[in-house]
Amino acid sequence: MARSVVDAGPRLPEGGERPGRRRRTPFQLVAQVLGELLITAGVILLLFVGWELWWTNIDSGIRQEQALEEFFSEAPSIVEVPAPPAQGESPTTPEDFGAPAVLPQVDLTGTFAAVYIPRFGEDYSRPVTSGVGSDVLDNLGLGHYPRTGAPGAVGNFALAGHRQTHGQVLDQIHTLVPGDRIYVQTREGYYTYVFRNTEIVLPERADVLAPVPTDPGAEPVDRILTLTSCNPRFGAQERIIAYSALESWRPSDAGPPSEIAEQVARAAGQG
Amino acid sequence: MYGWIFRSLPGPRWLRIILSLLLALGCVAVLMLFVFPWVSQFNPLTDSTIGSP
Repeated sequence: MARSVVDAGPRLPEGGERPGRRRRTPFQLVAQVLGELLITAGVILLLFVGWELWWTNIDSGIRQEQALEEFFSEAPSIVEVPAPPAQGESPTTPEDFGAPAVLPQVDLTGTFAAVYIPRFGEDYSRPVTSGVGSDVLDNLGLGHYPRTGAPGAVGNFALAGHRQTHGQVLDQIHTLVPGDRIYVQTREGYYTYVFRNTEIVLPERADVLAPVPTDPGAEPVDRILTLTSCNPRFGAQERIIAYSALESWRPSDAGPPSEIAEQVARAAGQG
Repeated sequence: MYGWIFRSLPGPRWLRIILSLLLALGCVAVLMLFVFPWVSQFNPLTDSTIGSP
């Protein structure tokens, strides 16, 4: 009887447990689970940062390419420029095609334009889609503020785009230099804007979208392109605004300006 | 917690390693495809519009 107790003695604490595992007090168990949960939370937060800064750009890049493809499938085919700017003549004198043809306001739906900004890179071509909700800006790059002007029209053609994440289409907006060209293509033609200046304002300053920027009551005379994005980079306390004015335009059947002919062909999948 | 999950998986050690890797990948996929896009709409740092459109 005494023997059996002695025999059973050492075996009892091991019953049901694997060899080599310590029995933990409830406090140790809670501390361990809590620690594991906290480490998990940290890893998930890091994953979210990675997703936001890296993955959203890839995702948005794919969707923008699809939107551009759709735009070019509906736009008139790209006309080859018949002759490069003749030597001897000043190539800076734009040909005059009269007053720009402007898309009617009802046609400013879906992806209705493409933007080329050589300052942002040789192959910078981005679709412009109607609307500035997150459905447009997070997926399709540049969004057109509803009820602002059409490309080439007298008034203000106003666009918004992310500075960081989701394609970061306006990441380099602060590198624009006065005189830089910004080209907008619609099915009507090509509009060449010249960058004038940037301005940094608070997020409530909706008057930068007025037909005459920052002067809502005034009668518009100029043809303005306004780009808005967040400022500073990786922050959203302010907005950076870039103003450009129309310099010239070419109808679709005259072909793209020679400066962006390559980019247009490449974006259209013909180059 | 993770130790308990690992011990609850069936099969020999190599199968449990593969299964736990698959579980981790599945969690990451659910986070990236569904959870993060939903959380992102509450992120004020990506707001680039002006006024209240």
